[in-house]
Amino acid sequence: MKLALTEEQEMLKNTARDFLADKCQKTFVKQMEESETGYSRELWQEMVELGWMGLAFPEKYGGGDMNFLDLAVLLEEMGRACLPGPFFSTVVLGGLPILDVGSGEQKQEYLPELIRGEKIFTLALTEPVYRNYDTSSVTVQATPDDGDYIINGTKLFVPDVHVADYLLCVARTRPENGVTIFLADAKNPRIDYTILKTIAGDKLCEVVFDKVPVPMANILGQLNQGWSAVQKIVERAAVGKCCEMVGNMQRVVEMTVDYAKERKQFDRPIGSFQIIQHYCADMATDIDCARLSTYQAAWMLGKGLPCTKEVAVAKAWIAEASQRVSALAHQIHGAIGATIEHDLHFYTRRTKAAELAFGDANFYREVVAKEMGL
Amino acid sequence: MDYGFTEEQNKFRQEVRNFLEEEIKKGYWEPACDAWIQGFDPEFTKRVAQMGWIGITWPKEYGGQGRSHIDRLILTEEMLRYGAPAACHWFADRQIGGSILSFGSEELKKEFLPKITKGETYFGLGMSEPGAGSDLASLQTRAVEDGDYYVINGQKTWASCASFAHYFDVYVRTDPEAPKHRGISEFIVDIRSPGLSRIPMTDITGTEAWNDVFFDNVRVHKRYLVGEKNRGFYQVLHQLDYERSGMERLMGNYPLFEAIIQFAKENRLSQESVIRNKLAQLQIEFEVGRLLIYRVALVMEEGRAPNWESSMSKAYCTEFEKRLAGVAMEVLGPYGQLVSGSRLVPLRGMASHSYLGSKGYSLQAGTTEILKNVLAVRGLGLPSS
Repeated sequence: MKLALTEEQEMLKNTARDFLADKCQKTFVKQMEESETGYSRELWQEMVELGWMGLAFPEKYGGGDMNFLDLAVLLEEMGRACLPGPFFSTVVLGGLPILDVGSGEQKQEYLPELIRGEKIFTLALTEPVYRNYDTSSVTVQATPDDGDYIINGTKLFVPDVHVADYLLCVARTRPENGVTIFLADAKNPRIDYTILKTIAGDKLCEVVFDKVPVPMANILGQLNQGWSAVQKIVERAAVGKCCEMVGNMQRVVEMTVDYAKERKQFDRPIGSFQIIQHYCADMATDIDCARLSTYQAAWMLGKGLPCTKEVAVAKAWIAEASQRVSALAHQIHGAIGATIEHDLHFYTRRTKAAELAFGDANFYREVVAKEMGL
Repeated sequence: MDYGFTEEQNKFRQEVRNFLEEEIKKGYWEPACDAWIQGFDPEFTKRVAQMGWIGITWPKEYGGQGRSHIDRLILTEEMLRYGAPAACHWFADRQIGGSILSFGSEELKKEFLPKITKGETYFGLGMSEPGAGSDLASLQTRAVEDGDYYVINGQKTWASCASFAHYFDVYVRTDPEAPKHRGISEFIVDIRSPGLSRIPMTDITGTEAWNDVFFDNVRVHKRYLVGEKNRGFYQVLHQLDYERSGMERLMGNYPLFEAIIQFAKENRLSQESVIRNKLAQLQIEFEVGRLLIYRVALVMEEGRAPNWESSMSKAYCTEFEKRLAGVAMEVLGPYGQLVSGSRLVPLRGMASHSYLGSKGYSLQAGTTEILKNVLAVRGLGLPSS
């Protein structure tokens, strides 16, 4: 057992931290929240040059041949910086699933251009009445039609559709036991989207598929057998979100402790008051637990080990811990933390969104309950 | 980064499990909550010693095995999982042996460590006093030099393991003029010393859990001074880091955890969403706490005393244990109030025992409040209040 990062991972972490501290300051984040695309092409290109897109992909597609644990280190730094844009969608929701279940030809076709930063991917999974990540809540239909499949229906909370080139769409191909993943051209005119306004200022969309034809060749994985692949996508995305939240929470704890050391009331730093110290101790405990459980899951994913329970433990824990940390951070910061003058709001808004993404605490408690045989 | 165990570690865990299962099969003892601190079984301790499992991290020259802190954690984790009666050797194995090893003279190491590892000598602890709890540095028990001896007068309280121990590890004031942190020394005192007497104290569960220990002109030879005179407070802080470090803070009532899950399954209570949710939440908190404690062992493995890390794990884990007892009581409903020996008592009375006993978990070895102070000041660098 060893909890420290390798030298290589430390380097990746430091490079990412320095790079993002420079290129992704809060003024930029704010600008991106207000911009139409939600990301900067220039920064995207620089991230490509740093090898970030391809980090967790095999060398033969132009990737860095590292694994999910290395990507976790990077995602943590992105969370710390509140990095806007479609990196998560492209790599975690798009690329890695293609690597999981795509055919040799599909991988060869899509992964190199993804890694070169030329194409943006995303995943259309959840739906308007969708609450739990179970197979029965996939209702968007894909019906065979002369060599194609026709996708019809509405997907909701799909990130970054407005800039995506490809959409992984999870659709129903049989009333029972029949879910299939399709790789659709996101620019198809029969796909209509609306960008929703969210607290995180990210670009979640409502996507309407109006009889969108997708060639049979664009089925990812097996026809009707897509659900196990979807489960893996959701698991990995949940851990990816945990990584971002670890970065987010770590920064919030640091900001809060620094503030408690500096802010004086009653002629002394408020951090010398025991109640504030205990709040900070609770926050530190929450972030350390979050980190330990998240990296455990990321390590297992990276090793390809079955880790349904560990993923559930991490996300269930962090979903609630992040809210406790956020609440205490606001309490300690006082009124300034409730304004947009201070950076705290960037973290608070994102951590709430991440808490809800890919399963909340209730969802994962149920997963744990099943794993316990309850 | 590696969250896994080596093949040897997995083999060792299995070896410990086999040993404990065999013990239970033979009817030597029954799994119990709090057995690490209340299960005094000299024969068990002897058998554990024969396996080489007391002081396993200590150097071989003193009877140890020179093994890793992860190995020790695997061993103690399994002892706790099976609720094994390990109280005779727990304190010496966990912290007092380590204190002798870190600070004691060569003579002391040779005298005590082999006897501990053989399961022959048990230690009790004398830290708290009626007027010195969280503010341990205010302790008043005095030791005055008299030729080759120190003469000790005063009172210790909450002394664990006192009814069975052969020796006490005590902290006493050797310089009343110095600032209070700088006038304390650590001694090993033979429990049979003339002038030493004790009165058992019964805890809220009805168990004899501690003793008041009185020192009336107790003479202790100078060679039983551990470490440097007047440096005892720094030594006790070091020892407390170890006292707080272990899995017993998470798994002290583990037999109840297993039993209540089983009970909920068998009675279909686990189909009720409220109970299901609570048990799953406990499992999540348990898994997370376990990681905190493995982190502490890795700190020790680096050769560093775990300081804020063990404060964090202990504060977190004892709160978990209290919640576990609370949930168990809820699951059992009115049956939860029945105590061991009563007609109809469920789960051998573990729930009511643990519910009451766990009140002390977040007090012993540093209250949760003190631990959070340590974490805030030493871990986060916040200014002392």
